[in-house]
Amino acid sequence: MDGVAAPDLSFAALAPLLFVFGAAAVGVLVEAFAPRAVRHPVQVAIALTGAVGAFVATLLLAGTREVTAGGALAVDGVALFLQGTIAVLGALSVLLFSERALDPARSAFVAVASVPAGSVRDRELSTDERVQTEVYPLASFALGGMMLFTAANDLLVMFVALEVLSLPLYLMSGLARRRRLLSQEAAVKYFLLGAFASAFFLYGLALVYGATGSVRLSAIRDAAVVEGGDTLLVLGLGLLVVGLMFKASVAPFHTWTPDVYQGAPTAVTAFMAAATKVAAFGAVLRLLYVAFGTAEWTWRPLVYALAITSMVVGAVLGLTQTDVKRMLAYSSIAHAGFLLTGVIGLGADGSGPGLAATMFYLLAYGLTTLGAFGLVTLVRSGEGEATHLSQWAGLAQRSPVVAALMGLFLLALAGIPLTSGFTGKFAVFRAAIETGAWPLAVVALVTSAIAAFFYLRVIVLMYFSEPAPEGPTVGVPGLPTTIVVAVTAAATLVLGVLPGSVLDLADSAAVLVG
Amino acid sequence: MPASVPVDGLLSVAWLVIALPLAGAALLLLGGRRTDRWGHLLATGTVVAAFVLAVASTLQLSGRPGHAASIDLFTFIRTGGLDVSAGLLIDPLSAVFMLLITGVGALIHVYSIGYMAHDSGRRRFFAYLNLFVAAMLLLVLGNSYVALYVGWEGVGLASYLLIAFWYTRPAAATAAKKAFLMNRIGDVGLALAIFLMFAQLGTTSYAGVFGEVGLLAGGTVTAIGLLLLLGACGKSGQFPLQAWLPDAMEGPTPVSALIHAATMVTAGVYLIARSAPVYDETPTARTVVLAVGAVTLLIGAIVGCAYDDIKKVLAYSTVSQIGYMFLAVGLGPVGYAAGIAHLLTHGFFKAGLFLGAGSVMHAMDDQVDMRRFGGLAKRLPVTFVTFGLGYLALIGFPFLSGYWTKDAIIEAALDRGGWSGWVLGGVAVLGAGLTAFYMTRLMLMTFFGKARWTPGVHPHESPPSMTAPMVVLAVGSVAAGFLLVQVFPLAEWLEPVFGEPAEAAHVVAPAVVGIVVTAVMTVGVLAAWLFVGRREVPTTAPVRVSPVVTAARRALYADTVNEALVMRPGIWLTRALVWLDNRGVDGVVNGAAAALGGSSSRLGRAQTGFVRSYALGMLGGAVLVAGALVAVTTA
Repeated sequence: MDGVAAPDLSFAALAPLLFVFGAAAVGVLVEAFAPRAVRHPVQVAIALTGAVGAFVATLLLAGTREVTAGGALAVDGVALFLQGTIAVLGALSVLLFSERALDPARSAFVAVASVPAGSVRDRELSTDERVQTEVYPLASFALGGMMLFTAANDLLVMFVALEVLSLPLYLMSGLARRRRLLSQEAAVKYFLLGAFASAFFLYGLALVYGATGSVRLSAIRDAAVVEGGDTLLVLGLGLLVVGLMFKASVAPFHTWTPDVYQGAPTAVTAFMAAATKVAAFGAVLRLLYVAFGTAEWTWRPLVYALAITSMVVGAVLGLTQTDVKRMLAYSSIAHAGFLLTGVIGLGADGSGPGLAATMFYLLAYGLTTLGAFGLVTLVRSGEGEATHLSQWAGLAQRSPVVAALMGLFLLALAGIPLTSGFTGKFAVFRAAIETGAWPLAVVALVTSAIAAFFYLRVIVLMYFSEPAPEGPTVGVPGLPTTIVVAVTAAATLVLGVLPGSVLDLADSAAVLVG
Repeated sequence: MPASVPVDGLLSVAWLVIALPLAGAALLLLGGRRTDRWGHLLATGTVVAAFVLAVASTLQLSGRPGHAASIDLFTFIRTGGLDVSAGLLIDPLSAVFMLLITGVGALIHVYSIGYMAHDSGRRRFFAYLNLFVAAMLLLVLGNSYVALYVGWEGVGLASYLLIAFWYTRPAAATAAKKAFLMNRIGDVGLALAIFLMFAQLGTTSYAGVFGEVGLLAGGTVTAIGLLLLLGACGKSGQFPLQAWLPDAMEGPTPVSALIHAATMVTAGVYLIARSAPVYDETPTARTVVLAVGAVTLLIGAIVGCAYDDIKKVLAYSTVSQIGYMFLAVGLGPVGYAAGIAHLLTHGFFKAGLFLGAGSVMHAMDDQVDMRRFGGLAKRLPVTFVTFGLGYLALIGFPFLSGYWTKDAIIEAALDRGGWSGWVLGGVAVLGAGLTAFYMTRLMLMTFFGKARWTPGVHPHESPPSMTAPMVVLAVGSVAAGFLLVQVFPLAEWLEPVFGEPAEAAHVVAPAVVGIVVTAVMTVGVLAAWLFVGRREVPTTAPVRVSPVVTAARRALYADTVNEALVMRPGIWLTRALVWLDNRGVDGVVNGAAAALGGSSSRLGRAQTGFVRSYALGMLGGAVLVAGALVAVTTA
């Protein structure tokens, strides 16, 4: 009998992953050994190096189409495009984390997370300028998990990646310096429900393995052709989809989203809303098209129904929200539905316009939502961020620039022409219509109109209301947040006005191997 | 097409003629207060430069075969089957207009330096004036109907802005709105004509349209011709869209002179003359043009007899004179050159008359009521002489401008032959008599007789910057007609555009026509002296007058008709729509919003904040998903 054969690893193709995981590992060491005074700048530098390095690596790898690591990882166009997107969003998020000019205590993150919320020690620490820097290696690990998620060619690797990205996020959700109880509650909720969802995914994995005898996506596809409508296989598919839809915050598996988005530190919320969505949809695309591409008629009605539910729930529930972060959470749920219309718009063999449209949408939505949350960190009152909508009344008079930029992001989220949101929506809706799913596109248009109401309501509030007498102040951001807002606003405009080259890039990258 | 000859020399930079005033307008509007001190000089400079360039390119043009140059600039719209290139067409017709616009425009810019010297909005005024000149030049120089339309809307905008220049006066604001709305009616006609051309011919360039218009069905060509006429009527203040032009006199007087006498209002004549190949195909539309011209020239002349407002009399005179031009171009090839010649001479003397009226108003503290004038000849000698020469030119005093060009039109109308020739010729002769009457009345009430000035008014002559352009225009009023008809015949210059006019058999000998018209004119002058000059002019208008005078004073009930036919139904329609919107549309929208909001808050109760209920929801979803999938596959 042979020994265990080492799998063949193409290190070049894994370079993006190696960058972020390397940065995470170095970050842990720095956290343990570097003196407190230098930790913050060093950690920021390491995390940024990891993310930017990963992004550059994806650019250099463009065109690579291979299956490596013993068949466990697929480095193809979709994986690289989404990894690049995640790396950019990650780098921008790290910049948001590192903002020190806004909070009087010089950081949005708690000094010592383990101190019970509301205790005497906690109150002392709330104004302490000490900063917790674990958030940077945690973010790098999450980033690595997300990038691994989009490239996983094997259900087990996919599960591992899911956990690698989830566990740091649970922790990061609880790190808010202000409103610590809310933040910790969010972390616990996210953790409990996340574990619940992981269990579904794992059970589905077991069922699929039972039905096909393999966890490799390509093997599952081959077996699915032979097995046909095997109950075990279909049940497994259903549970896998449930697990992934939870991460993508698709209704009815969305319930955690508003609470966690509201409770988590806003920079972390931005990271979750933008990057997690990209990763989750990367995995959804891979699972549905690589493993179950031949069984598309079993999952197509399911995705159809999920898309409609998510769009309707997100748009309708968003109407009555009074908190900006919760509103953006419901927006995220509605957008998950719009993204699923792109997923529908894809032929059985992975061809068709839907794949490129979905990838473009993910990039556009990620950048816009990151910018919107970035602006939420600027509007502050005495006890931290002022997220209640009534506090945003008349913001345009206090800070025309912030109001104008927020207006831009909200218009993009609503899908108004000349913003990236319109280009993305147009692309996914067209893809859905071209594959005959026009009823879905009609629902998507109606829900877009409903959702536009709550975006525009904020704009009306900012521009046409009298400012509240003791309203919030608009903080002057430091360089990092300024960069994030500028980059995301520019991208939102450019992808709306001149989307051609990026659409072409997404088109040429729309290749799944495995 | 002669356009195949490559464009070189100054003609290749002919776009500068448009670009210079446009740049001036942009600089003045964007530059803000910094340009307050020298902005008006810059604006005047750009128009003078444009005039020099226009003269030079016209000279160069006369050396080219076919006297035409087509200049492609860039692609304006390219989408699907529509390909609109922006380009210029400089041919004898557009060159004539280019000279008129830049020449008169330059003079009026100079005049405005004096006239607007103390106005706080001087910079804005010059910016709008420059904008107008640029748009008007684009209108006449464009090589397609789309370019014409862009200029058409541009002059409409500039006209609106300038009529409402003193926008704090309610009358000015209302007049601007009225002008804008009535122009819109015409603009819709022009737009529809362009759509029709594109739908039927697939092109909107002059070359393309004129080349293929003969292939179209007769009804289509007639429709295009009538729609173009509607556009022309709106812009030129012709029946039934004439009512806005007199009200437009609320704008500053240089504006009335430039836009509402010399240039913009003649755009309709240009449009019809330019579209000659279209009208050649459709006698029906051409007859309508004739009718519009004849009716308008009478309406304008009759109403002009009754008004006491000096600028409004001149405005109705403009309406009437443009009626002559419409009549001329409606006659077809025999009339085009006559119409354009009258347009040019009219541009000189009417601009001069308006500038003179402005000078009088300047002297009389901005009063316009002629019943408060009188005896100004001695106080304003330069104004009196220049205005008098313009007056003589307008009424067709022998051998001055109007005599040559108006006679040509009357001759052409009579030469049409048959009863229609007699009717049209008769109307034109009658109009000449009325013109002599109302203009003599104006002269007598303003410059002769006893002074009826409002106490405290001390008339004084205007500064040289104002009188100099008046002198130049007066010289033009005297000489232009002779030059254009006898020395440098305009008809020959325009031949490449309109073709060689067939020598018509004269129904009445030209000499006889000249004598008859002069006689009728003399009767008009004498009648005015009898009714106005001999007697004391009351300082308030008499109330007890014949029904004819009442009708004329009310502009032959044009506004009454407009109100009854358009305004009231419009108001009713608006009210009905508002009602429908409030009750119907808003009801549905609000109802939908309320329903969505209600379901939102009801659904929102599921968001309890308890992890256990969230988990239960997820479990429910998962059971549904799994159950549905299994049910579907096993079924």
